[in-house]
Amino acid sequence: MFSRIRKLQYSLAINEALHQLMESDNSVFVIGQGVKSPWYVGNTCRGLIEKFGPKRVIDTPVSENAITGAAVGAAIAGMKPIVVHPRMDFMLFAMDPIINQAANWYYMFGGKLNVPIVIWGIINRGGEQAAQHSQALHSIFAHIPGLKVVAPSTPYDAKGLFISAVQDPNPVIYIDDRWLYKIEGEVPEDIYSVPIGKSVIRRVGKDLTIISISYMVLESLKAADYLSKDYNIEAEVIDLRTIKPLDTETIFESVKKTGRVVIVDIGWKTGGFSGEILSIISENIFNVLKSSPIRVSLPDAPAPASRILEEVYYPNYKNIVSAVSRMFNQN
Amino acid sequence: MRRYSKNFLINLYTTMLKIRICEESLVEPILEGKIKTPCHLYTGEEAIATGICASLRKEDYIFGNHRSHGHYIAKGGDLKELIAEIYCKETGCSKGRGGSMHLIYPEVGFLGSAPIVAGTISLAVGAALTSKIRGENRVTVSFFGDGATGEGVLHESLNFASLQKLPIIFVCENNLYSTHMPIKECRPNPYIFKLALPFGIKSFRIDGNNVLKVYETGKKSVELCRKGGGPIFIECVTYRLRGHVGPDDNIQGVHTDIRPKEEIEIWRKKDPIKRFERYLLKNKVISKENIEKIRKNIEKEVIEAHLFAINSPCPKKEEVMKYVFKD
Repeated sequence: MFSRIRKLQYSLAINEALHQLMESDNSVFVIGQGVKSPWYVGNTCRGLIEKFGPKRVIDTPVSENAITGAAVGAAIAGMKPIVVHPRMDFMLFAMDPIINQAANWYYMFGGKLNVPIVIWGIINRGGEQAAQHSQALHSIFAHIPGLKVVAPSTPYDAKGLFISAVQDPNPVIYIDDRWLYKIEGEVPEDIYSVPIGKSVIRRVGKDLTIISISYMVLESLKAADYLSKDYNIEAEVIDLRTIKPLDTETIFESVKKTGRVVIVDIGWKTGGFSGEILSIISENIFNVLKSSPIRVSLPDAPAPASRILEEVYYPNYKNIVSAVSRMFNQN
Repeated sequence: MRRYSKNFLINLYTTMLKIRICEESLVEPILEGKIKTPCHLYTGEEAIATGICASLRKEDYIFGNHRSHGHYIAKGGDLKELIAEIYCKETGCSKGRGGSMHLIYPEVGFLGSAPIVAGTISLAVGAALTSKIRGENRVTVSFFGDGATGEGVLHESLNFASLQKLPIIFVCENNLYSTHMPIKECRPNPYIFKLALPFGIKSFRIDGNNVLKVYETGKKSVELCRKGGGPIFIECVTYRLRGHVGPDDNIQGVHTDIRPKEEIEIWRKKDPIKRFERYLLKNKVISKENIEKIRKNIEKEVIEAHLFAINSPCPKKEEVMKYVFKD
C-alpha cells in the first residue's frame, strides 16, 4: 500500500489532519471561536461541522479563558481536545488554563492525570493589523515546563505535526501563521506523523548554519539562495519545527560543521527563543564558533499598522543576507 | 425524617465528623512546623461537601479549590493518602508533588483541586462537556468560594455551560470572606446566587450549615442535570470557623486582624456538626454512646493516617524531573 502524495495547501493539510483525526478517534474534538467560519480559521476547519456535527465542532462565544479551560478540563476527563485561537493575541486571556493548569497538571498530581490537549494559536503577521492582531508568542510558551511547542513551516509538517500533537499525551502548543496558509507542498493522503522534538535540515551547506522556524524558514531559504549565488556562501538551513523540546543534536552537528550561526526568529529578540538557542550552543560547543552569532528577529517594538513601518518591522531574506555578509566581513 | 434511612443519616454525620477531626488533627503538626504546605482548613463548612457528595454517584466528577480536604474526604478519597500528601510524602495522593492545595483521586471522580481562585471552574465545565459529547449520564460539580465570584472566568463559564446545557452544578461556598476581605467589600450585591440568573441558570441560595438542606438541594440539582436540566447554581452560605489559611482564626486584635470575635461566636452556635448531632439525638437516630463510638473510630483512623504519613518516604531527589511530561 502506497500513500498517494499530491500537492496541497498548508491550510488544507491542516484540514485533512483534522478530518482524519476526528474520523479515527472519537475523543478528538475541535472547540474555539469561529471554527465554523473561514473568517477566523481560513479553510482549516472546512467541512468539519457538516461531517462531525456541533457536538464535536464547537463554535464558542468570545471567552478564551473559559473555553480553553473547558478544553483542558475535557482533556483531564480523557478527551483529546483541539482548542483554536484564531488570533494568538487573544490566547493571552487563556494563560491561566494553559500555564497554571494544563502545563502543571500531570506534575502536580504526581502523574495521576495527564492533559492530552492541542492549543492551536494562529499568528497573523502584517496586513496593517497592528499590535494586537499579529504577535508571535511562542517564546512565552517555550519557557513553561510541561508544554511542548511546535511551529511547522511546510504543508507536510503542518499535517504531520498536527497529528503528532493530538496523539501526544501532553499539552502541545501548535503555532501556525496565516502567511503560510497558501503555501503548496507535497502531502501524503494517509494519516502520518512528524515527530515532535525533531528538526530538519532544509538545505545543506558548509559555511554557516541558519536556524529558523515557521514562516521565517521560507525567508531563510530564499536568503540561502542569494548567498550562494551572489556571495558564494553555502548556508545550511535548519527548520526547527519544534521549539520545545529542542533538537539540540541536529543544531550541534550543523554548527560544529559550519562554525557560524544565524538565528532567524519570527518573534522579538529580548528574552526570545533565539537567545535560548545561542545559550545552548555557547554552553555546549562554544569552541567551534568562528565568529559571533547573529540574531535576525523583530525589533523590540509592538507591531505597527502602517505598511511603510511594517516594511521595516518585519525582517525578510534581505535582512538575513546582510546579517550574513556582516558576519563574513568581520573575519 | 422517615424519608431517610438510619444508615444514610449516620453516614452523613460520620463524613462530617471525619472531615472535622481530620482538619483539627492538622493544627498541632502545623504549629510544630511538621506540616509546611499551606492548609486551608474546612472546619465549619463540612455540611456542604458532605451533602453535595452524598447526592452524587462514585463516577460523577468533582473539582475542588485551595480548601478541598473536605471535598476529597466526602467524595471518598483515601484518608491515608490525603494526610500523606499534606506531609508531602511519596505515598500521598499526588506523590508529594502537590501538597494540601493539589488533591486528586480519579478512582472516585475527584479530578483535582487547585488554588488559582476560580481556576478549576472552567475545567469542571470541560468535564461536563465531555459527558455531553460522549452521551454519558455523569454530572460534574465545581466547588469554589465567594472570592471566585470576582473572577471573569466564572461568568464566562456560566454563560458557556448554559449555552451548551451542560450537566454541571456550580457550588459556591460563601463563607463571607475572600481571604481577608469581608464580602461587603468585594460585592455590591451580597446575594451571589443572583449572578447565575441572567444566564438562564436555575439558582438556589441555601443554608450551607444544614447538611440535609444541602443534600436535598444537591439531589434535586443532580436529578435535573441527569435529565438535561443543567446547569444549576447553588450558593451555600457558611462560615469558616478557622481563618483563611492555617490554624489562625483571624480574630480582630491579633496580627491577622480580620473578624470580630462576636461574629465567630455566633457562627460557632451554627456549627453544622453540632446542629446535625442535636437533630439526630432528638429524633433518636443515634445515641450519645454511638456518637462516642463513631468519634473514637474516626480518631483512630486519623491517628493511623498521620503515622502512615510520618513513616512514609519523601519523594526521591533524583526524581525531581519525573512527571514533567508523560512518555
